[in-house]
Amino acid sequence: MSVAYKYRVRRIENIKLAAFITKCSGWIWTVVRAVLLIGLCFMILYPLIVKFTSSIMHVDDMYDASVRFVPRRTTLQQYRIAWEWMNYPRVLLNTTTLTLVVSLLQLASCTIVGYGLGRFDFKGRNIVFGLVLLTLVVPPEMVMIPLFLNFRFFDLFGLIPEPGINLLGSYWPFVLTSCTSMGLKNGLFIYIMTHFFRGMPHSLEEAAEIDGASSFQTFYKIMLPGAKPAMIIVFLFSFVWQWNDRFYTDLFLRNSESYLSYALQTFAARFSSNSPIRRQFPYHYGSLLNNAGMMMFMAPLLVLYLFMQRHFVESIERTGLVG
Amino acid sequence: MKLPKLGLTTKKSLKGYLYVSPFLIGFFAFFLIPLIQTVVFSLSELKIVTTGYTITPVGLDNYNTALFVDPDFVPTLTNTVINTLIDIPAILIFSFFIAVVLNQKFRGRTLARLIFFLPVILTSGVVAQMEINDVMNQALVQDAEFMLGGQHFVSFLLGLNLPPAFVQYIVTVVDRIGPVIEASAIPILIFLAGLQSIPPDLYEVADVEGITGWEKFWMITFPLVSPMILTNAIFIIINSFTSPRNEMVRFIGENTWSRGGYGVSAAMALLYFLSIGAILALVVLVTSRRVVYLE
Repeated sequence: MSVAYKYRVRRIENIKLAAFITKCSGWIWTVVRAVLLIGLCFMILYPLIVKFTSSIMHVDDMYDASVRFVPRRTTLQQYRIAWEWMNYPRVLLNTTTLTLVVSLLQLASCTIVGYGLGRFDFKGRNIVFGLVLLTLVVPPEMVMIPLFLNFRFFDLFGLIPEPGINLLGSYWPFVLTSCTSMGLKNGLFIYIMTHFFRGMPHSLEEAAEIDGASSFQTFYKIMLPGAKPAMIIVFLFSFVWQWNDRFYTDLFLRNSESYLSYALQTFAARFSSNSPIRRQFPYHYGSLLNNAGMMMFMAPLLVLYLFMQRHFVESIERTGLVG
Repeated sequence: MKLPKLGLTTKKSLKGYLYVSPFLIGFFAFFLIPLIQTVVFSLSELKIVTTGYTITPVGLDNYNTALFVDPDFVPTLTNTVINTLIDIPAILIFSFFIAVVLNQKFRGRTLARLIFFLPVILTSGVVAQMEINDVMNQALVQDAEFMLGGQHFVSFLLGLNLPPAFVQYIVTVVDRIGPVIEASAIPILIFLAGLQSIPPDLYEVADVEGITGWEKFWMITFPLVSPMILTNAIFIIINSFTSPRNEMVRFIGENTWSRGGYGVSAAMALLYFLSIGAILALVVLVTSRRVVYLE
């Protein structure tokens, strides 16, 4: 055998070996990735699973040391109590109405402002954008007291004579702050919308203008349908955050006990301080009740998320969200 | 009277102002004026009367109370700041890694994404607050954390001859793995969007040139996603500082309605905001030099 031949054989073997190693490392990575993702997904789902199992656990299982996760006897009693003491149907309706009003208004105002910032060149645009970021950075606690007082003695910038109107306890504070995109984390929504609109091709607008569309028509008919992915994300976030919010609900609404976030936090205590019933249940029973309540609190959000998940994941793919 | 004819650019910029006007109105009415009022309140004593409220200026008294008289304010503030500084790198690295993984093609990717964004829905606000106090949750969650945070793990790391400070950091982070995963949901989203906006032809060129995956990551992916690192760092700071779960936020909230009174709590809120601002400035300064923009 010639030297050249030997050399060639060795080279071919080397290439084969390299290919084999690449293939192996690909396999190893697939396995590692699967293990990692399953583990992490489990960690994320774990609190949810715990909540669910303890919400259907029978009282007796609570003090049984041999019961860890899977309850031996299940019951729907906690759900029944939670349903009744949270006044669930009414509270759910109130919360849904408020949340829908707030999130739709925020979606509208943030989309409009984002469009202005993303598509128009005007003096001071960067300053306005900076102000948007500023509203994000300042925690709402900073302006809590003045906001409270402003709405308590609302005078519409001095137009209404002293002592002003008391807007607290109505939807007006929510409507006003949402219409002017000053609600919870609205700076983030404007940011998302601005970047999304900035990334859309300019030819769209030009074509519409040549066809004689007015500025608003261009916005409404051409740009809005294209901005659907970003709008879905904004709507979902704003809905979820408003649903979970207690800060503004407590601040603006006097009767916040008829809203879910407040009802959830207090119903177990109200139930267990009711003495004739209390005697039948052990001290820690409130924990099981709370878990049932949390499940009922989250259920509408989970339904919404599952309902919108296809759009949501697609939206992430198509939103050049930030950049 | 006839309106003067406007040029096309003026018209366009006027329209721009029109579109952003809702924000500007809101900014002045519900943000800037309240903010100034907070500053004024922090320098005065405020009393609510039936026809409105009265304020008497007291100088820097409230700041004095917050910083030197109140026994809880300064420790809570330092605690919050230190915890956040520990979390930032952990969340950034974790969410970047997960975003890279979730950006690959594999079976069940949609499901995995769905689960990773679930914390956005499940752990903001009220439920998170309740979990802290719930007996059942605590008992069971601690069980799970024990697997990771146990003593064996620490001695294993120290046995690898790693510097103790580093081991301490790792252990602290592992201890907080739950909150880190939860806080990562939106950063993952932002990174994922960033990864998808990288033009695919760059990778094609790299393939033609015969570059390895490792090099591709450091020479293409990482630099092009680096603006997102800054965005995310800012987002993480803001989010953790303003979340209702935050110790300081709860502290100020409680303070307003109970002890100290309006003036002191306004002073506290301002001091808190100033420390957030300082940290933000620091982070922007450190990261922005390394950021690369494509264009």
